[in-house]
Amino acid sequence: MNQISATDRTARIALAGNPNCGKTALFNVLTGNRQKVANYPGVTVERKEGPLVTPAGRMTRVLDLPGTYSLRARSPDEVITRDAVLGRLAGEQPPDLLLCVVSATAPRVGLRLALELKRLGRPMLLVLNMADIARHRGITIDEAQLSAALGVPVVSSVAVRRGGTAQLLAAIDEALNQPGPEAGDPADWTAPSAGELRAMQREADRILKLAVTEPGRPDSVTARLDAVLLHPVAGLLVLLAILFVMFQAVFTWAQPLMQAITAGFDLLGNLAAVWLPPGLFSSFIRDGVIGGVGSVIVFLPQILILFLFILLLEDLGYMARAAFLMDRIMGGAGLHGRAFIPLLSSFACAIPGIMATRVIDSRRDRLATILVAPLMTCSARIPVYTLIIGAFIPARPVFGGLSLQGLVMFGLYAVGIASALGMSFLFKRVLWRKTPPEPFMLELPDYKLPRLRSVSLGLLQRAKIFLRRAGTTIASMMVVIWFLASVPLPPINATQPAINYSFAARIGHLMEPVLKPVGFNWQIDVALVPGMAAREVAVASLGTVYSIQSGKQADTALGSMLAGKWSLATALALLAWYIFAPQCASTLAAVRRETNSRGWTLFLFSYMLGLAYLAAFATYQIAVLLGAG
Amino acid sequence: MKPHSADPCCRLGDASPRFRGRIVAVVAGLSDSALGPEELERRLVEMGFVEGAAVELRHQGLFRGDPIAVQVDGTMVALRRREAHAILVSAGD
Repeated sequence: MNQISATDRTARIALAGNPNCGKTALFNVLTGNRQKVANYPGVTVERKEGPLVTPAGRMTRVLDLPGTYSLRARSPDEVITRDAVLGRLAGEQPPDLLLCVVSATAPRVGLRLALELKRLGRPMLLVLNMADIARHRGITIDEAQLSAALGVPVVSSVAVRRGGTAQLLAAIDEALNQPGPEAGDPADWTAPSAGELRAMQREADRILKLAVTEPGRPDSVTARLDAVLLHPVAGLLVLLAILFVMFQAVFTWAQPLMQAITAGFDLLGNLAAVWLPPGLFSSFIRDGVIGGVGSVIVFLPQILILFLFILLLEDLGYMARAAFLMDRIMGGAGLHGRAFIPLLSSFACAIPGIMATRVIDSRRDRLATILVAPLMTCSARIPVYTLIIGAFIPARPVFGGLSLQGLVMFGLYAVGIASALGMSFLFKRVLWRKTPPEPFMLELPDYKLPRLRSVSLGLLQRAKIFLRRAGTTIASMMVVIWFLASVPLPPINATQPAINYSFAARIGHLMEPVLKPVGFNWQIDVALVPGMAAREVAVASLGTVYSIQSGKQADTALGSMLAGKWSLATALALLAWYIFAPQCASTLAAVRRETNSRGWTLFLFSYMLGLAYLAAFATYQIAVLLGAG
Repeated sequence: MKPHSADPCCRLGDASPRFRGRIVAVVAGLSDSALGPEELERRLVEMGFVEGAAVELRHQGLFRGDPIAVQVDGTMVALRRREAHAILVSAGD
């Protein structure tokens, strides 16, 4: 059994604590950027682990557990925390040392959790995090007194400052040197009753009175900011302004970088054209590999800017406020206030959005959010929208200076949001008529300045995930579409473009009868098939299909080529289709994993496909009637 | 444990902004929350709503003053009035 001998050498340390206690910042400092982010098997709860070598030279592995208020586990996130702490997770040892992280600025609720964790009888250290902010506010904590009252060692730490964890590292070594108590049987654990919880909170309050002196004035910066940011009217206006700036940034700041990436891939394609002998292989490298991967990687800047905003707002402590402001408004549409953050993330990509729904306790509210999250306009739709708008919507100013193209883009986003709210309202009315609304209970943390380190680590992880996807799923789909569009080769005496003899043409013609009423030609039909892997692939596929058809290299001219081949009605129908179409296999996989139900995944797929067909049909037919056919 | 001050004056769920007081009791049955009374009580206690804690209603939402943000002994907690009905408070410090 090598597994056991391996864990003998490498001690396992688990970080547990309330949300917002600075646990993840502490984890980042302890493990640096060597952390591994993955999912727990079977659920899309992120599992973060990283190595730590203690000052005494001991190899350890640190596990960051999702934040929780109690081991009673109400959401999937909290189930993971409970099971990891109790050593119930399949294939995982219980931790050798538990670091219970408590915010020194507001230790009251954290201390109650510490008492609950202490009852497990596992080796434990209490870490008073954010000790610098607490000192700054005049909160003094007598660590010796606290340690004596609790019966566990107590250390302070400042996760965000160099050297702020020296005391903690020394304490970890000391704790690991002592033989731990025998682990109790995890099956013995039972959830505490309300009475026990209350007794624990009273005990925590008693200990606090002994060990902590507070000046009795809460954080004045937070209070002053909240006077505006949580104001019923001003708060909502600020939230709108933040969202507006965010979308402006995604579309304008990213432009130079995107142009640079496009230029880079064009150069690479030209180099390949020079170096490779002309023929099938050269076409494969240029159109299939370089063109395909390039057409997807170009969206990296936009995705990173969107995530930059989301990470900054999260670090700042604003996201919980946004949920507070939106609770009633979202409630009108049958959604939970906490659904706001997942839906906002879905503008970047539905997958992190669907994963973020795990903070919602109630299964029904979670399901409703998951079902509508893919309707929010994700960044993978941007290439499709940009291409078609650029080709068919004239770039002229309307209403005194607003760009018509920008307005159409905004309209597409608005329809996405409106349909998400409309569908969730419908689900609530039809599927869950009888269940009363679930409660909304959320801690609003003090504001703190976002830390460069944690934001950049978060961005780096997002970039890695995106590039891995571009390099694997998307690249392989591009190879498939290139193959289908190039094989079989046309006969020697061919009179038509080569692609008309390919498998792709046959598939496209097969789909034509179904999609003709919505105005799609067979080239679009072909592009929809690989678009199932990821929406942005449809653009690359159209490029491949039309470039192989015309024998020229696909590049920025794709738009003008389309403008000559499609009617305006077709273009508008394709836009309408893309608002709703469930064209992303990885999203469906995430929904399947997260809902743990094939039925709901199928339901999501069917209702979105139905909406897409109806919307495209209506758009096409109306446009033709108005003379745009 | 003795109640902190006089009789409970009201439910936190009915309080107006800037209300200050102390929690006298948590009686889950007073709320028609979708959670059962036992579960609601546990959740409120976990967020720090226990007898004796100082509370202040700091903010409320635009529509029907819901949800509310309550300062509970140093922590700010957002919740809906429906659940806050379970928290009996007496005014004053």
